[in-house]
Amino acid sequence: MTQAEIKLCSLLLQEHFGEIVEKIGVHLIRTGSQPLRAIAHDTGTSLDQVKKALCVLIQHNLVIYQVHKRGVVEYEAQCSRVLRMLRYPRYIYTAKTLYSDTGELIVEELLLNGKMTMSAVVKKVADRLTETMEDGKTMDYAEVSNTFVRLADTHFVQRCPWVPATENSDPGPPPPAPILVISEKDMYLVPKLSLIGKGKRRRSSDEDAAGEPKAKRPKHSTDNKEPIPDDGIYWQANLDRFHQHFRDQAIVSAVANRMDQIFRSLPVGYNISKQVLDQYLTLLADDPLEFVGKSGDSGGGMYVINLHKALGSLATATLESVVQERFGSRCARIFRLVLQKKHLEQKQVEDFAMIPAKEAKDMLYKMLSGNFISLQEIPKTPDHAPSRTFYLYTVNILSAARMLLHRCYKSIANLIERRQFETKENKRLLEKSQRVEAIIASMQATGAEEAQLQEIEEMITAPERQQLETLKRNVNKLDASEIQVDETIFLLESYIESTMKRQ
Amino acid sequence: MAGNKGRGRAAYTFNIEAVGFGRGEKLPDVALKPPPLFPDTDYKPVPLKAGEGEDYMLALKQELRETMKRMPYYMETPEEKQDIERYSKRYMKVYKEEWIPDWRRLPREMMPRKKCRKAGPKSEKAKDTGKGASLANTADVLKKIEELEKRGDGEKSDEENEEKEGSKEKSKEGDEEEDDDAAEQEEYDEEEQEEENDYINSYFEDGDDFGADSDDNMDEATY
Repeated sequence: MTQAEIKLCSLLLQEHFGEIVEKIGVHLIRTGSQPLRAIAHDTGTSLDQVKKALCVLIQHNLVIYQVHKRGVVEYEAQCSRVLRMLRYPRYIYTAKTLYSDTGELIVEELLLNGKMTMSAVVKKVADRLTETMEDGKTMDYAEVSNTFVRLADTHFVQRCPWVPATENSDPGPPPPAPILVISEKDMYLVPKLSLIGKGKRRRSSDEDAAGEPKAKRPKHSTDNKEPIPDDGIYWQANLDRFHQHFRDQAIVSAVANRMDQIFRSLPVGYNISKQVLDQYLTLLADDPLEFVGKSGDSGGGMYVINLHKALGSLATATLESVVQERFGSRCARIFRLVLQKKHLEQKQVEDFAMIPAKEAKDMLYKMLSGNFISLQEIPKTPDHAPSRTFYLYTVNILSAARMLLHRCYKSIANLIERRQFETKENKRLLEKSQRVEAIIASMQATGAEEAQLQEIEEMITAPERQQLETLKRNVNKLDASEIQVDETIFLLESYIESTMKRQ
Repeated sequence: MAGNKGRGRAAYTFNIEAVGFGRGEKLPDVALKPPPLFPDTDYKPVPLKAGEGEDYMLALKQELRETMKRMPYYMETPEEKQDIERYSKRYMKVYKEEWIPDWRRLPREMMPRKKCRKAGPKSEKAKDTGKGASLANTADVLKKIEELEKRGDGEKSDEENEEKEGSKEKSKEGDEEEDDDAAEQEEYDEEEQEEENDYINSYFEDGDDFGADSDDNMDEATY
């Protein structure tokens, strides 16, 4: 794991789970697989806290454990899974577009809690939906269950591995850690539950008013007394399936942009005659993008979507775009030229791009030092003398993609740090504004007059208001940037992954 | 050692014109410091994508951040002792729902060890049945004696004990943890309440939050 990735993981863990979990998580990412005592010793944390932190991390699928010989259990962190936390908003939003609010909340609950039983999810989501409905209306468990089943059928949620039930009693001492298994066919099997009920609104006496302790509240909510019908069957969000969806979306939109004119004239309802369809497919197949390839003539013509090429094109487009925005359009022209011709000499670049020599050199060296372009040496003589060697410029897409990906991780880490800095700088003001808002809210609830509310609002002066506005704008910008950089990360990672699978 | 540039004259091994400098032209100065931290860019960045989807995701992201902080998975760092202990701090603590992991899915060493007087006889029995094989191990025996002694002193020794052992006997982790885990389930809340002081926690037998419970007139506290 590169330093940039570790740094980013550290920031993410700290933001979502606090410093203790961050310390343990980062330690595991750095050092690899370790047993409990070693972690406690190396990080200087108390054993209790290490245990708690590990429980949290395991619950969220960020750490796995393995039993080694002599009963030693070792824990290993999954760095790439930690980085996925950046993508949570995208997963949730996708669920919303596909399965509306119910789907959105189901996925959100699963992501927030790592893993949950179906009954717990259904109940929680029903309660949340009921909160947002008009007075008197409630959300039925059955409806939520249906959406859950649909999510399972389309593989967006999957079952977690579980402890196999042992029929015979174990003669020896129980193992130090349960071995969790899951079979392919069980992964999306929804248990037969008859969840009957409706969502409940939170009673106002239970609500957390800020600062009000609830010492009289019983430790466990009363619902825990009921037996859970699907006890032990946990579900988690299936991130790979979401990634598949994103990838398909990206390819479709890329092709759509390409074939914009044709698509505009596509009749509604897809009642395309065979002949017209044929024409479109041929066009797609002949397109230099090579997304669609013709793999034979059986059945009138077999077409395949060449995923690897498609991802490669997307990655290349990303690289081109970065070069353009960073170095200018003339540089971008040179870049595309070298991409197209694969290997070019200095002189050839100047000629083909029609850019004067000095400028061309300058641009090439800029891109070279940015690692977008690389030099290929081809010696004419065995002694590799520089004056008798060809130096060809070339673009190695894979290595440029890796370089850019690494840069993206750094960028997001910087964005997060800046956002945290901005928030910390204005902490006092933020707290003040939150207090004022709380006061106003409580006064409105008890029916205060306009004049009184006005007075309270004036507690925040105009320049302070300005400051808050600026802060909000900046934080929003930084957050939005994070989301967008993550989109680039997804494209680049998908491409790099596809190249590795091919080997 | 390769510094010999040939009899007195500097000569480049490659054609200097190929790099872009004319013959005899003055080469640019050597850079003596690292490049600036925030260099000026010639090209301004492209504006961010804006749209319904992006706005929604932005709101989601900020909401998620806040929600995560309130979940039981977020472990607060115990704050350092303040110079003046604020009375109001007690009443401004945000109460989080507790979370108890499913112990069946976790290694047994994950369960927090609880030295509770009232559960004494039960845990002793559990310890004995699990211990059979390793009693021969002298280190374990010593440790057991140590713990039985310390049991009378309260939980304070628990953490210190473990840390000392951690450095001594790294290799025996698996065995030791197995032996000492009582089968009791425990709420993390209890652990959080443990303070490093001389009071035996079980003295206040309630088990519930000590501080908050003792006050019956809640109204006075909120302003």
